[in-house]
Amino acid sequence: MKGILINYEYCTGCHSCEVACKKQLGLAKGEFGIKLTETGPFKYETGDEAGKWEWFFLPVLTKACDMCEDRVTKGKMPMCVQHCQAWCMYHGEVEDLVKKMDGNTRFALLTR
Amino acid sequence: MADYKEFLDSIDRKAYHEGEIEWTEGEYTVTRTTHWSPPGCHNGCGVLLYTKDGKLEKVEGDPLNSVASGKLCMRCLAMPEAVNHPDRLKYPLRRVGERGENTWERISWDEAYDEITEKVLNIKKEFGSESIVVVHGTGRNIGWQVPYFASACMETPNVSTFGFNGFACYLPRMIGTTAKFGDMCLVDASQAHEDRYANEDWERPEVVVIWGNEPIKSNADAFLGHWLVLCHQMGTKIVSVDPRLTWWGVRADYWLPIRPGTDAVLAMAMLNVITTEDLIDHDFVELWCYGYEALVERVADKTPEWAAEVCGVNSEDIRGAARLIANAKNCAIQWGLAFEQQIAALGVTEAVADIMAITGNIDNPGGNMLARCAFLIEKRYGLGDHLIDPEVYARKLIPSVSGINESQIVSCADSDSILYAMETGEPYSVQMFWIQSSNALSCPGMDAPRVYQAMRKIPFVVVVDPFMTPTAVACADIVLPAAMSCERNSVRTWWTPVRSMKKVSEYYEARSDEQIVLDLGKRIKPENWPWETDEDFCTWYLTDQCAPNGTLYDKDFKTLVEQGGTEYWDWDATYRKYEKGMLRPDGSVGFNTPTGRVELWSYGFDSWGVDPLPFHIEPPESPVSTPKTYESFPLILSGGGRSFEFFHSEHRQLPSMREFHPDPLIMVHPDDAKTYNVSNDTWVWVENSRGARFKQKVLVTEQTKPGVVHAEHGWWFPEQEGAEPNLFGTFTSNLNNMTEAYRTGQGGIGSAIKSMLCKIYPVHEGDILPGDVVATKGTFHEYAPGQPYPLIEE
Ligand code: SF4
Ligand code: SF4
Ligand code: SF4
Repeated sequence: MKGILINYEYCTGCHSCEVACKKQLGLAKGEFGIKLTETGPFKYETGDEAGKWEWFFLPVLTKACDMCEDRVTKGKMPMCVQHCQAWCMYHGEVEDLVKKMDGNTRFALLTR
Repeated sequence: MADYKEFLDSIDRKAYHEGEIEWTEGEYTVTRTTHWSPPGCHNGCGVLLYTKDGKLEKVEGDPLNSVASGKLCMRCLAMPEAVNHPDRLKYPLRRVGERGENTWERISWDEAYDEITEKVLNIKKEFGSESIVVVHGTGRNIGWQVPYFASACMETPNVSTFGFNGFACYLPRMIGTTAKFGDMCLVDASQAHEDRYANEDWERPEVVVIWGNEPIKSNADAFLGHWLVLCHQMGTKIVSVDPRLTWWGVRADYWLPIRPGTDAVLAMAMLNVITTEDLIDHDFVELWCYGYEALVERVADKTPEWAAEVCGVNSEDIRGAARLIANAKNCAIQWGLAFEQQIAALGVTEAVADIMAITGNIDNPGGNMLARCAFLIEKRYGLGDHLIDPEVYARKLIPSVSGINESQIVSCADSDSILYAMETGEPYSVQMFWIQSSNALSCPGMDAPRVYQAMRKIPFVVVVDPFMTPTAVACADIVLPAAMSCERNSVRTWWTPVRSMKKVSEYYEARSDEQIVLDLGKRIKPENWPWETDEDFCTWYLTDQCAPNGTLYDKDFKTLVEQGGTEYWDWDATYRKYEKGMLRPDGSVGFNTPTGRVELWSYGFDSWGVDPLPFHIEPPESPVSTPKTYESFPLILSGGGRSFEFFHSEHRQLPSMREFHPDPLIMVHPDDAKTYNVSNDTWVWVENSRGARFKQKVLVTEQTKPGVVHAEHGWWFPEQEGAEPNLFGTFTSNLNNMTEAYRTGQGGIGSAIKSMLCKIYPVHEGDILPGDVVATKGTFHEYAPGQPYPLIEE
């Protein structure tokens, strides 16, 4: 199974994946194949992280995503992955992708 | 972690390209080139343009182009929305109603050129060519074409990015480092190497200081902020100096949330720590610096405790950050626009340049590289100004007392001096504005109502732009439709590599910036315009530029296009050039300064009449300098921070950009939101002590520190009524209603527009709009022509 791995520690919320996908799928205003979520910014007042800031973005796939099948069969990267400005998206077989998770930074594996 | 080599190896070159520049893919023709502008941008990333029947249909990044590795921002991905936009200007237009009525008739290019030619020749004869002012915007790939046009066609020394005073955009950092280092410098994120992060000489910076900018959004000065995101993935630590909590601040070892306008104080305290704790790079200071003792003396009493009081940053954090910077193997400082949008512009530039120098972080791998434009192609700004009659040149509009302008290091005219001439007719009246790709009213114009009053009095105004803008409606007599990047044959350097743009489509009668200046140049001053085509003109720029022996480049436009549109330059990719005799004209080792060293005490600054050592000046309006005003206007207003969707005043027409970012946003800290009773999505008025105001929508967020609000710049509303008084709503949300002309820092450099005082309060229905105030009263506050507003506590 193919998937998209996001090393969201580094996602900058730049919207390139969202717009790249909207263009790829020809989606209308308000519709997305991949959509950013945002957490923070907030400062922890409790726990081990007290005093530290949290603010990150994580894109998630919608039903519209077809994993850019036509591009991938031609040997190209999915539109979103190709344009990810933060170099934090990877596309491939899920069993290969999990090996990239390094235990130090936060990852999320997305599949259809 | 992303691995650059692995990325390159994984690209299926057959699926993308194997070096071709044009091929067919299904129903599309694909062209590999670079994008610069319009729509505007400071960069020039490698793009694959998909056209069908001569129309641009989609855009992708070219993963094999080393500048952006195919990773485009949302603006380039949506480029067809701009190129095929129904609002684009299709034909040359002549005004038929009064200025401001937004009524036009279509004319032919020949009619437009005939009328302009006749007017220009008359003005030159009757008033002198210096009475013509040539204006252009930033970064829009017109930085060589328009200055050459000013010199070689209009024969005027008055070329300017008119509207903002104190040269408050990059120039202070450029002249500051040129004086102190002999060259300009930028963060080394491997961009000078075609093999980028895989290059063997390059090392990732151990620490990057992001100071007064958000590079992932601004991508300013041909530097892509996301390069540093990859460095951070490789382990680069971050120090963030910003009143705003940015992506960097959250990930930083130290976030130093400074009070706007006090950066020099923080920098001097860092210098104090580095010198008193002896954390300097001894070899570099002894061998290559001049004036260390004077610097030590200057910062001796600038302790972190002293600084903490003034700039609002914890003293232990200042110490910690200074130590981190100084102890790092290499440290790069990504400095930004905030440097000159404060009154102490040159003082903070000196201080931070000194931090780079005494820690040995100049021209080292992953430090601050000394950079020139590839193959010396951008010889200098002010191209062709030797073609202007010296007597005319001597009448350039510059401040009467400024060693900086006299030293000729700045070749553009001074915005305040132009405004002064417009308002007073002294030393002569301005007869014509030629505005090419600048929306002076909506973006740089400080203050906007006042600039508007002055501009509409100019007898003859021509605007060249892809869209009808508030500036064009307010004052243009003729509007010429500009082609977009994909409709241009063009070349550009900004550092390295040199880049070319290849024309792939056309839009009605729109013409490229190159073609327009060439057409008119040939009519008005044919001896200075010997080129047949835009391509010949580009080749001349690449190779000749009227310089003795030309540039160091010897390929023509076509060759550069055919090799894919980029070429890197070894010189920029070489480290420690000062050890190799690469910087000085005589070929000796050292820096290209009077002493041959990095000048911590600067002869250049001294000769300009500017303090040769770091200094601070309190903002003209601040809790410290105007405490009474601060009581009634208790928030510091910062502004101008970028967003992903827009480049300055551009891209407001694009449906995708407005889907993500429909309204202008002012950031308010949750504590302040409570105090002033505003919440998310409330529209608020932002008002200063002169009664000038504008409205934006509140974003309650911890992205700004308590007591500081941050507003956006460049907003106008192309979807609204264009005619006066609304003018596409250009005054409605305009931060520049509150900025002011004629108040600058030492040497006429720097402007305090990121540190003003304001109050905020909710907008009510029926409130008078700023555009109505402008239409009825002219401006928010009376002024004497040519004079600044009185300071409220003077
Ligand atoms: S893989 Fe293709 S379809 Fe799926 S989110 Fe990415 S761009 Fe959209
Ligand atoms: S393109 Fe990459 S960095 Fe940008 S929002 Fe998407 S995942 Fe994040
Ligand atoms: S920085 Fe963004 S807008 Fe500019 S050329 Fe690159 S992708 Fe395009």
